[in-house]
Amino acid sequence: MLLHVTDLKKSYAGADEFIPVLRGIDMEVTSGETMALTGESGSGKSTLLHLIGGLDTADSGSIVMNGQDISSMDDAGRAAVRRHSVGIIFQQFNLIPSLDVSANIAFQARLAGVYNSAKADELAAALGLGDQLRKYPEQLSGGQQQRVAIARALAAKPRLILADEPTGNLDEATAAEVMAQMLALVAQTGAALVMVTHSPRLAGQMGRQLHLSKGLLA
Amino acid sequence: MIATGLSALWSHWRRNPLQLFTLVAGLALATALWSGVQAVNSEARASYDAAAATLGEGQYDQLLPKAGEDIAQETFIALRRAGWLVGPVIEGQIGAAGAQVRLVGIDPLTAPGGLGPVAGGSIALPDFLEDRPVFANAATAAKLEGFIDAPIVVEPSIAPDTAITDVFVAQRVLDAQGSLSRLIVATEQPMGRPPLERIAPALTRRPAQGGSDVGRLTDSFHLNLTAFGLLSFAVGIFIVHGAIGLAFEQRRGMVRTLRALGMPLRSLIALMAAELLVLALIGGAIGVCLGYLVAASLLPDVAATLKGLYGAQVSGTLQLRPAWWLSGLAISVLGTGIAATGALASVARMPLLASARPRAWATSRGVMRQVQMTASIGLLGLAGILAAFGNGLVMGFGLLACLLIGAALALPLLLDGALRLAASLARGVTAQWFWADTRQQLSGLSLALMALLLAMAANVGVSTMVSSFRLTFTGFLDQRLASELYVSTESIEQARALEAFAATRTSEVLPLLSVESELAGLPAELYGARIGATYRENWSLLASSPQVWDLVAAGDAVLVNEQLARRAGIWVGDALTVAPETTLPIAGVFGDYGNPIGQAIVSEPLFAQLHPQVRATRFGLRTDDAGSLRVALTAEFGLPAQSITDQAQIKAFSLGVFERTFTVTAALNVLTLTVAGFAIFMSLLTLAGMRVPQLAPAWALGMTRRRLGQLELIRAVVLAALTAACALPLGLALAWVLLTVVNVEAFGWRLPMYVFPRDYAVLGLFALGAAVLAAAWPARKMSRTPPADLLKVFANER
Repeated sequence: MLLHVTDLKKSYAGADEFIPVLRGIDMEVTSGETMALTGESGSGKSTLLHLIGGLDTADSGSIVMNGQDISSMDDAGRAAVRRHSVGIIFQQFNLIPSLDVSANIAFQARLAGVYNSAKADELAAALGLGDQLRKYPEQLSGGQQQRVAIARALAAKPRLILADEPTGNLDEATAAEVMAQMLALVAQTGAALVMVTHSPRLAGQMGRQLHLSKGLLA
Repeated sequence: MIATGLSALWSHWRRNPLQLFTLVAGLALATALWSGVQAVNSEARASYDAAAATLGEGQYDQLLPKAGEDIAQETFIALRRAGWLVGPVIEGQIGAAGAQVRLVGIDPLTAPGGLGPVAGGSIALPDFLEDRPVFANAATAAKLEGFIDAPIVVEPSIAPDTAITDVFVAQRVLDAQGSLSRLIVATEQPMGRPPLERIAPALTRRPAQGGSDVGRLTDSFHLNLTAFGLLSFAVGIFIVHGAIGLAFEQRRGMVRTLRALGMPLRSLIALMAAELLVLALIGGAIGVCLGYLVAASLLPDVAATLKGLYGAQVSGTLQLRPAWWLSGLAISVLGTGIAATGALASVARMPLLASARPRAWATSRGVMRQVQMTASIGLLGLAGILAAFGNGLVMGFGLLACLLIGAALALPLLLDGALRLAASLARGVTAQWFWADTRQQLSGLSLALMALLLAMAANVGVSTMVSSFRLTFTGFLDQRLASELYVSTESIEQARALEAFAATRTSEVLPLLSVESELAGLPAELYGARIGATYRENWSLLASSPQVWDLVAAGDAVLVNEQLARRAGIWVGDALTVAPETTLPIAGVFGDYGNPIGQAIVSEPLFAQLHPQVRATRFGLRTDDAGSLRVALTAEFGLPAQSITDQAQIKAFSLGVFERTFTVTAALNVLTLTVAGFAIFMSLLTLAGMRVPQLAPAWALGMTRRRLGQLELIRAVVLAALTAACALPLGLALAWVLLTVVNVEAFGWRLPMYVFPRDYAVLGLFALGAAVLAAAWPARKMSRTPPADLLKVFANER
């Protein structure tokens, strides 16, 4: 078992009261599995993804990844988990604007101490970025930037990839192309993929679908 | 991980060199002003210390005459025979190559250890006694060449414009055989020696002091310079704070990404702190170099000022002293630390999932505004309390600090209020948008505007002080330099003859009689004045009793200068002991600007009675025909040209000294304002890049890029004008504190305050010009923003 989430709860402070976002989530993810998280806006999809990725902390419940309880870790511990075990692909790409494509792809792998230039080049080539390596993010289209983000996540050899609407900012054709490339590469690495999406079509390409509604898994 | 994190952080500067330049330049300028002033101070202090180390000033107790200037050599011999371990010193001025050199004679056999070139190892004692050389630094040695009949040895440690030799040689050169100026008392003295009063009742023992006389005397001047340096540094810190804040703001996205990719927050903060430390050291090092240049250009004026005001000799050239360049680097690091603390704390508190988009530099939040307002009111209130109840120089500077910081914190709130009012009065749609947009920019520009406020206030304050001083001083010179001619004679006999000669050819002959003395426990000068029409008609007193001149002329009262009155806490009606068993009531207090020590004036007959050995050799002569009298005096007595000085020459010299005194502050004024202008320029330039999303909608709705650029320029002028309006009252308050608090505490005299509207108008125009210049490039950049960049704001893929 790669990931085991138990009775996970999270709420945010509103104007007068706390608003529950996740009301008790239980889920499991196995290695190599692909899973779609769907649900209407505000259902808690992105919050769940952030908690699994150690980007935020839960009010209660546990998240066990590779036998380690992330929910009881401090900031440094969660940062180590993100560095070594998780690859995150954001809707807004979140590339480092002052680094070129090559350095962006290498970045997380270098942080984790697992950088392999041949592997990075191979990923870049597979994503059609071979002739873009010296360019800066602002010189790329949205589709190209998201490919760089995918390459960055995969280059760090994570056990789990978390993708938050990775094609949400792309046109339909580009989205389909990027999605196909991502699924193929994830399959090659054997990592598990958890992806938040609004698109039933993209969700249908995943091995399993979980639907969130009002903070609970349907 | 550390290397990867650093490379990412550094890549930001590589891709944004302008921001890097802003930060480093801000640090460098802040450090330059501080270290420049410190360099001048440390150079001057080093000169005093050299003098003190050489001459024993401050290190040892000294025996001085209770009145008069000389000690008979027999007194020294009597003290030695009685067992007193004292060493003789004779001092005097000699003319050398158009300059005056202070010649000091010591006796190496009796001087306490650690004094003079012999103790310093420059020369062996037998050689010193045999050759009897004169020691001086290279510059002074060059001046003395051909003017002194003794071998000259260059000794770098000797104070500027000072020469040291054997007491016998000095007595010969100064034509003062048998006379001594003071006696230095060795620390260890034999037991059972007779008391000083029995052997030498005319001498008084002055205990050793922590620093040299000159050093303490000039402390006030250096304190003023240091205060200016701190003020300049505060302006610089605002710039650095702004630059660091903007740099952090623009890297919020990167910080979030780095953390999301696994960089621990603690490591990230440590890396950013290390990065800033390196930048602070680089900026500090550049600043120290710039400071050196500032100091090198200021030092000759400072040296001239100190010499003119206090007679202190300061080298006109600068040396690289570790103390000041290390303090320059330290202040740069400290300033960066102060400026970066808030920014680093903000990064530490920033949630990982916070918005990555820059917030246009910390959009003012309600809580911050509350804190700012509370701090401002608190500081201004404290300033009021200090002004009403405080005393002492430290309090004066505390008052200045509270006033300036409190006003700076209040500025954004005042500007916001003014802009809010303008927005409510605006009618057209463009005007409404303009005022609303200007308010939005306020938080991004507030630090630069605070720097401008401080710089302008310092300008108004210091120029008001200087101009008030100039007006008062000019009037004072007209009053004090009433005599048309001043004549120096070469002997008592010549003086007598001249007085008789002049009696029939002038309306009044005014002898200049004085002795150094101790009055009310303070070192002072006692003057004997021939009270006549000149004093009665020309001298205006700060405070006086009825029939003041009659009382003084009759020997029934004394006049004191303001310095002595304030320092001793005495005023009209109080009594002052002017000599043993002679105590007189104070009948008047006179202004005595530019003089550091106390003075008292008694009538000529009383002075003659108290100090019969002192005879006048210098005279002021009242005449309607100064030219003819000069010719007659020269023909009759063969006086050299330099012995007869006319009033205009003295006035010109005095005003020259005064002007040099304030050249330093004027130069610092200009530098401070330039730095503030630079702050506005850099803030506008940095904000320009962040402005595109705010301007794109206005452009899309029909406003041309050219119009947007023009409005940017107008915005800078409006903000500068509002800041200038706030700076004027602040500057006047600053001037009031300088004139009525700091000046009185530091120098001992109070000056009337005048206002100079024309000067302020010129300064205001200068500030507006600086704002236009600062805004010109960013505005031009704005007006030339490619439409593609503006369109990106609306693109989904941006």
